[in-house]
Amino acid sequence: MIESTYRDAIRQALLDAMAVDPSIILIGEEVGLYGGAYGVTKGLIDLYGPERVIDAPISEPAIVGAAVGAAMTGMRPVAELMYVDFIGMTMDQLANQAAKSRYMFGGQIGVPMVLRTQGGTGRSAAAQHSQSLEAWVMHTPGLRLVMPATVNDAYHLLRQSLTQADPVVFIEHKGLYTMKGALDVDTPDGAWGAPVTRRAGRDLVILSYSRMLHESLAAADRLAASGVEAEVIDLRCLNPLDMAPLIEAVKRTGRAMVVTEAVVTGSVASEVAARLSETCFDWLEEPILRLGGEDIPIPVSPALERGSIPSAQLIHDTARWLVTREAPEWAA
Amino acid sequence: MNAVTKPANTAALDRYRMMRRIRSFEERVGELFLKGESAGSMLHLSIGEEAVVGMTAAMQAGDTFTTHHRGHGVFIGRGGDPARMMAEIAGKEDGYCRGKGGSMHIADRALGHLGANAIVGGGIPHIVGAGLTYRNTRSGQISVAFFGDGAMSQGILYESMNMAALWHLPVIFCCINNQYGMGTRVDRSAGHRDFPGRAEAFGLNAMRADGADVEAVHDAARFLAGSAREGRPGFLEIDAYRFYGHARMDKSPYRTPEEEATGRARDPVANARARMAAEGLANTAELDAIDTEAGTEMDHALAHAIAATPPALATMFQDVYAPGTPAPRPHAARLMHVLGEGARA
Repeated sequence: MIESTYRDAIRQALLDAMAVDPSIILIGEEVGLYGGAYGVTKGLIDLYGPERVIDAPISEPAIVGAAVGAAMTGMRPVAELMYVDFIGMTMDQLANQAAKSRYMFGGQIGVPMVLRTQGGTGRSAAAQHSQSLEAWVMHTPGLRLVMPATVNDAYHLLRQSLTQADPVVFIEHKGLYTMKGALDVDTPDGAWGAPVTRRAGRDLVILSYSRMLHESLAAADRLAASGVEAEVIDLRCLNPLDMAPLIEAVKRTGRAMVVTEAVVTGSVASEVAARLSETCFDWLEEPILRLGGEDIPIPVSPALERGSIPSAQLIHDTARWLVTREAPEWAA
Repeated sequence: MNAVTKPANTAALDRYRMMRRIRSFEERVGELFLKGESAGSMLHLSIGEEAVVGMTAAMQAGDTFTTHHRGHGVFIGRGGDPARMMAEIAGKEDGYCRGKGGSMHIADRALGHLGANAIVGGGIPHIVGAGLTYRNTRSGQISVAFFGDGAMSQGILYESMNMAALWHLPVIFCCINNQYGMGTRVDRSAGHRDFPGRAEAFGLNAMRADGADVEAVHDAARFLAGSAREGRPGFLEIDAYRFYGHARMDKSPYRTPEEEATGRARDPVANARARMAAEGLANTAELDAIDTEAGTEMDHALAHAIAATPPALATMFQDVYAPGTPAPRPHAARLMHVLGEGARA
């Protein structure tokens, strides 16, 4: 067990995986000499050389397309998309090629690649460098989807992604890179596809992932101070996602909210809430709430940016409202 | 006939036979459609483009390739089994892709077919990735992307050619220019029609060959394949003519009968046949026998496809993800879970 940053845990996962699997190659903009726009791949080109750590021109569609072809022919490429906001340019290669090849070709040709990228707010990077676009990925059958929140998960979920037979989209959060936490390279927090309970509670369950997990945990601490015990579950993997523990928790508490940073309309939160509404209807005391980003592009002003996504305070207030039916001051 | 020229001549006759098989196959695909036995209406015939055999014959076992929506001929040229192809086009269980892909998504890992693609240009970057694999493993293989003139307007082609040149990849970009992207003739989609010039500007070995002359295509392809194997990527434009419409229902109202007559006169199959006879490589009876054999083979493929069994409904959930990993949950199971007996408290 060591202390590591989220960034270093991801780098360590790449380093360790490349050491044991010579078929792993990295391909992306600035992944080599520059060391990654956020420093995740720093030094890897010195360790593994330019044939395995490949600096690509600014050609996102062909970066992902080349990864698809390399995966089809026996490599295990890790393509890096500097910002998830650029995923739109790659959507044909991701959603029509990587996601569908195994199916269209009757199981003959799999695409064992990982698309590493990062998203989210926190750096006032504005509307084209701050989004949370995981719903676009989750909406496409054939793509696995992972969004780690903790240092240990950053390491282990990436190692697990690098053993999958299908394409995995691995979305990091730019606001977590410098976060420190415990890293135990021998012990994952949980199995692939299994949610992990980060805090136990009896009054409601808060479901979250990526950076919003930490806001949810902070909210749960404040809720406890006033006698409301929130259970907080980290979804970790969005595809596959084992619903059974979520259903158990919601049936037990009768109240649930899903907290994400992405805009609510058509979101992962909406999908999870719908699944829980279907399966837990008779156990619910209240409607399942979704709390996410406002349905707007991300504004650049720090105040506006912060105000557009849930905060620990907002999660606290909403959870308390849901449990006590006493409106917070701002809603009175 | 001396011992030196004999193998080459045999190979030329083989190329004629292959082109004839492609022509016969495509004619039977048309029949499959008219009989109402094809899966869907998206059938794009490559009649008139058979000289692509010049390229496929320049490839070796182990080489890989991607094709476009008009790729039946390329696949047959690389050894595709017409019966399994026809069964796939008919959406049958024993088709190449178990009835999941059809005409536009046929593939065969064993023969190096990394997949036909229904997105214009969609399969092009995959050879860049394959090229990285072959470069890094020093395997000596090459990978070839086959696409039409329509893909010359797709940005991903240029991204891919740049990467291929930058990384010295063993790949070839093969543009089968049949003069039409659906109903738009190439002079209405390209401001400057020097396609090899575009590739040359990226640093590729770039050539154009007469698509009415399979031997000319083959000469260019052999040079490009040899060069690609040494890490110098290539580009080949096969200048051909699409004899029939974009898809089976298209009667080509956007072009004149005169143009079609001129275009169809550039017939690579008829030209090769005439050449075989003129050069004394085969007499009329032998050529007739090749033609008859091809027709019989494709009749059998057609009959097989019609008689074959459609896939069972439950197979729809297979191969979305790898075997042994969580599969999609059928609606019926989900609804039972929500509404079925004992589901409600």
